[in-house]
Order: sequence, then structure tokens, then C-alpha cells
Amino acid sequence: MTVRVGEADQAPSFQKAALPLLEDAQLRKNVRHATDVITYKRGIVVGETPDWQQLRTAGSAIKAHTLRYLNEYLVQFEKACTAAGGHVHWASDADEANRIIVGLVQQYGGNEVIKIKTMTSEEIGLNEALEREGIRAHETDLAEVIVQLGGDKSSHIVAPAIHKNRSQVRQIFRERMNLPDLTDDPEELTAAARRYLREKFLRVPIGICGANFLVANNGSVCIVESEGNGRMCLTLPKVLISIAGIEKTIPRFEDLEVFLQLLPRSATGERMNPYNSVWTGVREGDGPQHFHVVLLDNGRTGILADAEARQTLQCIRCGACLNTCPVYRQTGGHAYGSSYSGPIGAIVTPQLLQMREAQSLPYASSLCGACYEVCPVKINIPEVLIHLRGRVVREKKSALDPEALAMKTAAMIFTSRRRFEAAQRLGRIGQWPLVSHGWFRNLPGMLGNWTRVRDLRELPEQTFRAWWKERAKNGGPIEPSTPLRSARKIAQDTGHD
Amino acid sequence: MTDARATMLDRILSAVGGDERTVATAVYAGIPRTYIRAGTLDAEARLHLLLERLRDYDTHVVETSAASLPQAIASILLEHREKNVIAADGLPAEMLPRDFAFISERSASLDDLNTCDGIVTTCSVAVAFTGSIVLTHGPGEGARRLSLVPDRHLCVVRADQVVETVPEAFSRIAVHATRPITFISGPSATADIEMTRIRGVHGPRFLDVVLVR
Repeated sequence: MTVRVGEADQAPSFQKAALPLLEDAQLRKNVRHATDVITYKRGIVVGETPDWQQLRTAGSAIKAHTLRYLNEYLVQFEKACTAAGGHVHWASDADEANRIIVGLVQQYGGNEVIKIKTMTSEEIGLNEALEREGIRAHETDLAEVIVQLGGDKSSHIVAPAIHKNRSQVRQIFRERMNLPDLTDDPEELTAAARRYLREKFLRVPIGICGANFLVANNGSVCIVESEGNGRMCLTLPKVLISIAGIEKTIPRFEDLEVFLQLLPRSATGERMNPYNSVWTGVREGDGPQHFHVVLLDNGRTGILADAEARQTLQCIRCGACLNTCPVYRQTGGHAYGSSYSGPIGAIVTPQLLQMREAQSLPYASSLCGACYEVCPVKINIPEVLIHLRGRVVREKKSALDPEALAMKTAAMIFTSRRRFEAAQRLGRIGQWPLVSHGWFRNLPGMLGNWTRVRDLRELPEQTFRAWWKERAKNGGPIEPSTPLRSARKIAQDTGHD
Repeated sequence: MTDARATMLDRILSAVGGDERTVATAVYAGIPRTYIRAGTLDAEARLHLLLERLRDYDTHVVETSAASLPQAIASILLEHREKNVIAADGLPAEMLPRDFAFISERSASLDDLNTCDGIVTTCSVAVAFTGSIVLTHGPGEGARRLSLVPDRHLCVVRADQVVETVPEAFSRIAVHATRPITFISGPSATADIEMTRIRGVHGPRFLDVVLVR
């Protein structure tokens, strides 16, 4: 089995990739603006839902339950979908899924397909696989069109072109749609996309989509969207192929009543997104007469096997954790080197890659917990991040690894009062060549990785422990003399008030 | 293909530490569902909420009585000078204005849908809390493409089809669960450029709801 997540296995570390992005003022402005708007809108529609927490609890429980009995529910889905005239395929990795889909397109004699935005297809590199066989894939979601025509990469799981502003979009459309007079009015840009795609919707006979939910009891698929490009792809072609991660399964039709409340409010800050489609197999006289579903593993069963990280698979891809994340909001999505960015990407990508690649991602977080707060299915992302950091360290194994060695030494010092106090004394004496105006700014050697992005205060002349002892000796409360004085001095020296 | 299936199911089984005999159904019943199922608004407040939320997402709303429904439909179509209008198959004839020539859905090609001025359908249920109309594409509601390709969708909603909550809508449509189902909340829209909501991308740019009470 060869798991692939876009080109994440070859991506530079997050910390390295983030540096040039942080220099890109335009990108940061675009991302900040868009995430501010969406977070604000989400706040309003979540606030007006009195049973939001109860919905989260139910959503989380339904997903956890489904994962526990996933084999049963997948078999149920397969049976019901097949009975309704659909065909179900199983793909254990990206290459197998691509082979199946390319094979189906060739079998139906197509050299062109229209696509609804699907993160899973980006994960397996489907467009590239189709192109290698001479099949053209037309993205139809406005943001995906912007990304595809611009030769760019998606940077957000819900709004892939979040890093582009209107004038950048105009530039791409002007060149690639041959519309020299286009203005940067979003309405005009949208109208241009409508004209550009309409002909393709009416003509191309094969559609490819993802899935938001696979309904096990009826064998139905549900897709949530805004523009109607999804409905076009689901309804007009003769053939429809859906690629879905196995974790998209939910037990019953009525469970949608929970997720269709959680997802739109979390994803786009709407009470309901303009269109939700649910369909079951094929229906005579309405929509595609050939329907295929490809169930994808590609590393998911590995995540399922890790009890502490299994909750990762509860994700319904709303993107709320990206919009609220103080790290994502600074760097945007490209730094994550994967189709899945932000906090959820930081736990999904390395796990899909069996922790062998993308090992820097679990560290792309301040562990502030904002992602957990907004998650509609209560994935405790900080908890999983810490768990994965542990796995990264254990993966390194070697006892001679400098970081492992340092941690071991620290553990030895911190477990003994005598050693701890000795280390403090030693530090106070030894720090002077490294401190300037009360701060460590550039530590030497490997420790420099720490101070490259943060400043550290110098060790105070008197520790709390020493002050406490002095206080007891003098028989009662006293003014904290030295520490306070040195703190004041530092503030004056550096302007850090 | 068969191999991948067996491999994946095996991997899942060993990952969850289960065995073939565990049955999900019994455990499923224990999932906590303390969220709001039934609404609490009276009929008038429920309709009021629906109208408010439909308008909030750019839907044009008209209220009328059963007797004056044909008149209400005619005046919307005349106001926008719509001439080529397609009526969904199975739409009750008494709903439609008699002096207006409708094209039947059955006779309309995809090209006709692309060039017509608008369409008329009914719906299965409407959700006040979210401002949504739900089609299960039975008689009167049209095939899926009918309410998708044309530029104006006029949907007739009866007051007794309006529920307050999403779960109530799901229990209403449960009998049609395996038909295609479409939730429509406002005209098609996008926020992909700077998160600015733009109405009318690929689906109908205009959505009219006629509420019959």
C-alpha cells in the first residue's frame, strides 16, 4: 500500500514553508480579511441556535459510533447503494482509486470530466492521474476554477482561493478566459465564471464528485454546496463517479438532521447553504443513469487503529478550525504543504502518511484550543496534536538524538529539588554572555531554533524559592525586593511593559 | 477490487478491535439526542419566521390565498415579463393562471431549460428555522434539472407544509428518503471572492416563494 496525500510527502517543513508566506503582506491581508468575515458570520448563526452544544454532542457521538462499527456500516452502504442501481468500488490507496476512476472514465468513452470540489480527489492527485491518460478535468467550483486557471494550489478546505483577492482573480480570468475588459467587481467575476462553465455543464457527459455524507441504511450520498455547480455535475451528466473517504459514513438518513445543522453554520456561517443534494443510486428519468462510488482508505484505517487519534476521522471538513486558528490566520494554507491545512490538516496529513512524513505539522500550533472550541463534532485537536508530537519523538527513537537527550537531562533536573536549585544557580552565573538588556535573543547552536521565533527573559537575580525562604526567615510578608526590581528594570530597558 | 474490499474490512475490524458479531443497531439507540426536535412556535409565528428567513437570503416572497394563487403566480411572471415558463409535471392545474401558456416539463429539452424564462414547482416541506424549501422531486416538484438550469424558480408552498425545525422536516420527508432530495435555501450563491456573498452563480438567480395560507 502506498498512501499519498497530494505532494505532502515532498513538502518542506511547516516552519520553513511559513517563512516566505509571512513576508507576503498581500496574502496575509487576504487571509485575515476572509477568515475574519467568516468567523464573524459563524458567530451570529451559532449564537441564534439555542441547542448548538446538544447538536455538537450528538454529531460527535454519531461519528464516534459509526467509526466503531465502520465495517458494518460500509457493508450496509454497499448493499443499499447496489440495490438502488449504484456500483460500489473499494480502493485501499490513492493509486488504486485513481486506477478505478480513470478506468471508469475510459470505459464510458470520455476524454473530459466536470468536477465538483472534492478534497479527496486533491488528496489522491486525481486530476494529474486523469491528465496522464489524456482526460481533461474541469473544476467547476468558483474557487477551484480560480485555483485551476491560476495554476495555483488550494489553501483552505472550504474556500480554496481564500488567499486571492478580487483584483488577483480578475487578472487570472482576464488572461485565461480571454476577457480583457473584465473589472474586479465580484459580481462581474462570478458572472464570467457562470458563462465560462455553462457550456461545459450542458455538454460534458461524465461528472466527478466527492461526498459530504454516505448514508449507510439507504445507500444515499449527500453533498452540500452553494453555487449550483455541484447540482449541475450531479444531475446533468450521464455518468456520475463519487470518491469518498470511508469515514464519511453515517448510520441513517435521519442523522442528516444533525449534520445539516452543524455543517453550514460552521463552514460558511449560513443557516443553511443554498443547496443540499441527497440521492440514492440511480433514478429513471432524473439524473445520471450510471452511478459509481469509490470508497477510499488511503491511510484512514491506520488512524482508526490509534485509539487516541481516532477522533480525527470524525471531521466533517467545515474549516471552522482553520478560520479561528492564530497560526493558520498568519500563514494561510500553503505552509501546510497538503490539501488539508490548518489545525485539522496538522493532524490529518501526518497520520495519513503514517507519521513518516509531514512530521513538522503537529508542531504548527500554539495549542491554544480555539480549534476544539469551534469544532462542530468536538474533535479535541490540541489533545491529538500533543499525542502526535509524542509519536514523532518516539519515531526518532535514537537515544543520541540531541532533543531526546536534552529532554532526558531536563527530566533528571526537574525531578530533584537539589539538582533544580543547583541548575538555577548555575544558570544565573552562566547566562551573562548570552543576555542583552534582560533578554535572551539568540541562543547558540540548536537552542537557536527556540530563540529564532521567541525572546526569553533572563533568569532573575533572586528566584521565587529564594525569596520565599527569605520571607520565612524574616518572619512574615516582605516586599518582593529583587525579582520586582529586576522586572521593572527589564521593562524600562526594552519597552516590554 | 474484491481484494481491496477484504483488506479494508479486515483492517477496520482489527483497528476497532471488534469482531464480526458486534451489532451496531443496539448501540445506535443510545446516542444522546438532546437537541431540539419539535418546534414551539404557533402557526402564525412559524410562518412569520419562514418569510423573514427566506427574505434574509434574497428570496422574493409573496403571500396569497388558495383562491388567488393563479393570480399571484401570473403577476410575478408578468412583472418580470417572463413568457417561456415551464410547469413541473404533475403540478395541479388549478394552481396555474389559465390565460398563460405554460410549457410542460415532459416536452422540454435541456436546451429549452437553458433558454426558458422560468419554472413553477411545488415543494414537499419548508423549514422556518433555516429558511429552506425542500423538494423530493415527486409530482409537481419536477426532476432535479428543472429547478436548476433555468434562471427563475417560482415555488408554491402551502402553509401546512411549513415546519419549524430541521428534524421536523426530516420526519416529514422520511417516506421519500430514497428519492432524490434537494434543500434549497435562497438563490444559488457564492462567497468565494473575499467572502462577499454574490447571488446567482450556476443555479437559478431568482427564487420566488408563493406562500398559500
